[in-house]
Amino acid sequence: MHRLLALLIALALTVLAAGCGVTRGADDPDNRRLRMFIPNSPGGGYDLTGRAAARAMQDNELTGRFEIRNIQGASGTVAMQRLLNEKGSDDLMMVMGLGVVGAVYTNKSEATPLKMTPIARLVEEQEGILVPAHSPFKTLADLVEAWKKDPGKVTVGGGSSPGGPDHLFPMQLADTVGVAPKDVRYIPYDGGGPLTTALLGEKIDVGMSGLGEFESQIEEGKLRVLAVSGDERLDGIDAPTLTEAGVDLIFTNWRGVLAPPDISDAQRTYLTDLLTEMHATKEWKEALADNGWSDNFATGQEFEDFLVEQDARVADTLKELGLA
Amino acid sequence: MDLLLDGFQTALTPENLLFALIGVLLGTAVGVLPGIGPAMALALLLPVTYSVGVDSAIIMFAGIYYGGMYGGSTTSILLNTPGESSSVITAIEGNKMAKSGRAAQALATAAIGSFVAGTIGTVLLWVLVPRVADIVVTLGAPSYFAVMVLAFFAVTMVLGSSKLRGFISLFLGLGIALVGTATGQARLTFGNAQLADGIDVVVVAVGIFAIGEALWVAAHLRRKPLEIIPVGQPWMSRDDWKRSWKPWLRGTAFGFPFGAVPAGGAEVPTFLSYATEQKLSKHPEEFGKGAIEGVAGPEAANNASAAGTMLPLLTLGLPTTATATIMLLALQSYGIQPGPQLLTNEPALVWGLLASLVIANALLLVINLPMAPLWAKLLQIPRPQLYAGILFFATLGAYTANFAPFDLALLVALGLLGLAMRRFGLPVLPLIVGVILGPALELQLTTALQISDGDVSTLWGEPVAVAVYAVIGLMLVAMAVGAVRGRRTPAAPATPTENDETEELVNR
Repeated sequence: MHRLLALLIALALTVLAAGCGVTRGADDPDNRRLRMFIPNSPGGGYDLTGRAAARAMQDNELTGRFEIRNIQGASGTVAMQRLLNEKGSDDLMMVMGLGVVGAVYTNKSEATPLKMTPIARLVEEQEGILVPAHSPFKTLADLVEAWKKDPGKVTVGGGSSPGGPDHLFPMQLADTVGVAPKDVRYIPYDGGGPLTTALLGEKIDVGMSGLGEFESQIEEGKLRVLAVSGDERLDGIDAPTLTEAGVDLIFTNWRGVLAPPDISDAQRTYLTDLLTEMHATKEWKEALADNGWSDNFATGQEFEDFLVEQDARVADTLKELGLA
Repeated sequence: MDLLLDGFQTALTPENLLFALIGVLLGTAVGVLPGIGPAMALALLLPVTYSVGVDSAIIMFAGIYYGGMYGGSTTSILLNTPGESSSVITAIEGNKMAKSGRAAQALATAAIGSFVAGTIGTVLLWVLVPRVADIVVTLGAPSYFAVMVLAFFAVTMVLGSSKLRGFISLFLGLGIALVGTATGQARLTFGNAQLADGIDVVVVAVGIFAIGEALWVAAHLRRKPLEIIPVGQPWMSRDDWKRSWKPWLRGTAFGFPFGAVPAGGAEVPTFLSYATEQKLSKHPEEFGKGAIEGVAGPEAANNASAAGTMLPLLTLGLPTTATATIMLLALQSYGIQPGPQLLTNEPALVWGLLASLVIANALLLVINLPMAPLWAKLLQIPRPQLYAGILFFATLGAYTANFAPFDLALLVALGLLGLAMRRFGLPVLPLIVGVILGPALELQLTTALQISDGDVSTLWGEPVAVAVYAVIGLMLVAMAVGAVRGRRTPAAPATPTENDETEELVNR
C-alpha cells in the first residue's frame, strides 16, 4: 500500500514538475493556504527544515496546504527582500537562520531580519572543529597555540561563503582566543562535500562545519573532531565542548521562521501558535532525530531578544573584517 | 561476481524495474525541459524516500540521473535549447545536423553513445568501487586549475575560422562570468542582489542559443524563402556508425575520470571531447555544420561522467555534483552513511544500484531509439509555429532554473546579444565556454593561492598539475611544428573552407 502511494506521489510530482497545479477553493477555512519562502535550493538546510515543518503541520491537519517556494540568490538576501516587499501579507512565513543574518550584511541589503516579524526559532546545529587523522593538532589547545603563534600558518576551511556560519564561527573563535579575525586564513568551499575532500587530502589544516556530512569519515577515524561548539557534547562524537576545552564561546548555527513586517497581532499569534503546535507533533520529533538537529524552540520575546543579540554579534564580526 | 548477480536479482524484481522505468521516464522529462535539472527533480522527490524501500528509491533516483543526462540532448539537438550545461556542446553540432535533415541520426548517435558510455562507465564502477580508495582526494586546487587551463587551451582550437571573432566571443563570455560574488566581494552586480550569485549558465545558453536564434529567424522570415528541412534517412547509415564509435569511446575516456574526481564535473570533458574530435576527424570541414562526431563524443562524455560521479559517492561518501548531494541525502534519510564501509555494510544495496544503472541505460536506449525518427518529425512544423514553441520552452526553462522573473529580463537581454552575434558573425560556442570555464578557473586559482598564502609556485606543486602542463607544452610544440610545415606547403587546403565558414557564419 505504501509503495503504491509512493508511486502515486511520484506521478503527481511529475505532473507538478510539468507546471500544472490544482487549486482549491480558498474561502473554506480548512483549505486555508499558507505560503512558505525558503531562501536556498531544494535539498539545502533551510529547505529540509522548512519542508519537514510544513509536512508535520499538514499531516496533522493543523492548517491547510502549504505552497513552498525556493527563492535562491545571494545566500538568502533575495528572499529577505521579497519578504520585506510582502509587508502586511498575512499568509506568509519564511525559513531563515544565522547564514541569512550574515548574508544580509555582506550583501549590504536593507532587508534585515530585525525589520521582519519574528515568529519562532526551530532548530540548531553545532559546529565542529575537524582535522585530518594525521594532523599534528591533537587537542584544541594545540590548535590554539599554533594559531596564536602564527595565524597565517593555519589554513581554516569552511563550507560557507564569507558571512555564513562556517565563516562566522572561526572568526568568533579566533576573536575569543586572542587571534585577530583579520589574520585568519579562511578558505571557503562549496558545501560539505568539497570541504571533506580538502580535509581528507590534507589540503587545509582545519575544517569548521556542521558535523552531519562528516559522520562516516569521523566514524572511520579519517577525520578527528577537536571540539564541538554548543553548550553540550554531541551524542556519538567523542569531543569536548569549547567551554570544556577552555575556550569561553558557545556558537550554534540556528534556523527559525520569520513573517513579513507589519502583520496584525492576531496573525502573529496565529502563526506562533501554529508552530508551537507543530513543535509538539510526533512527525517533527522524528524529523529532528532523522536530521541530527537539536531542538531549541523559542517564540515571542525570547526569540526577538535572541535575534537582536545575534544580529549585533554578526554585525560586529563582519564589520571588523571589513565585510559589512 | 556472485554479488553482482545478486545485484541484478535485486534490480530485476518487477517492482524495482517499475521504479527504474519511472525514474528513466521522469529523468528524460526533466532533461527535456530546460531549467529543471535532475537535481531539482530529485529534491522534489525526496519525500518519496519516506515511504518506499531504500533499494527502490535509489534505483529510481539513478534512473532519473541517467535519464536527465540523456533527455538534455534531445532539446539541444532539435530546438537548439540545451536543458543542462553539460549538453551545451551537443547543441552546436547536433542542431546543425537536425537542420540538414539528420536529426534522427544525431538523436540516435546521442542515444547509443550515451548507452555505450553509461555501460562502460558502470562496468568501470564495478571494477573500481571495491578497489579505489583515497586516490581521488589527493587532487587539489592546483591540479584542477591546470586541467581548466588545458580545457581553455583546447577550446581556443575550436574558436572557428576567424580567431579574432572567436576571441571576442570568448571574452564576452568571460565578461558575463565575472558577474557575481568572488571572495566575499560583490563584483559587477550593480548593487542588485539578484546578480550576487552570478548569471545562471542555463539562462545564458538558452538566451544566446534559442532566443538569439529565434530572433534571427524572425528577422529574416519575410526576406528569405522558407527553407524546407529535408526529411532524410530515419536511421544511422554504415558511415554514421563508422564515424561514431571511436568518438563514443574517446568521449567515455574523457567523461569517466572527470566525473570521478571531486571537482571534475560534466562540462569540461564535453569541451575536451569536442576539441579532440575536431582535431582527429577525417572531416574537419564539417565541424560547425553538423559533424556527427561532434555529437557522439560529447554525449558519451557527459554520460560517462554521470557514471563516474557514483564512484566518490559510493566509496567515500563524497557527492561531487548537486544531483549526487541529493542522492546522499536520500541515503542518509534511511540511516545509511555512504563511505568506505558502505560496501561491507550494505553489499546488496550497492550492487543492486550498480546493476540498476545498466538496466536504466538499457531502458533509455529501448525507449529513445525508436523515438528518434518521431522526434525528428517535430522539425517539420512550419517555422513560425516551431519557433513560437522554442520561445515558449526557452522562456519556461530559464524561469524554472531559479523561479526568478529577473532571469526573464536577463534572458531577453542575452537573446538580443545572441542576435547581434549572429548579425556580426561571432561564433557562440566560445562565449558559452567562457561562461562555464571562467568561474571554475577562477575558483580553483583563488583556492590554490589562498591555501599557499599567495605563493604562485603552488600551481605546479602537484604531480598531476605538472603532467597536465607537460601535455599543454606538447600540444604547443605540435602546433608550432604544424604551423611551420603548413607554411612550407603552398596552396593550403584551409583557404577555401575558411571562406565557406565565414560565409556560413554570416548567413546563419
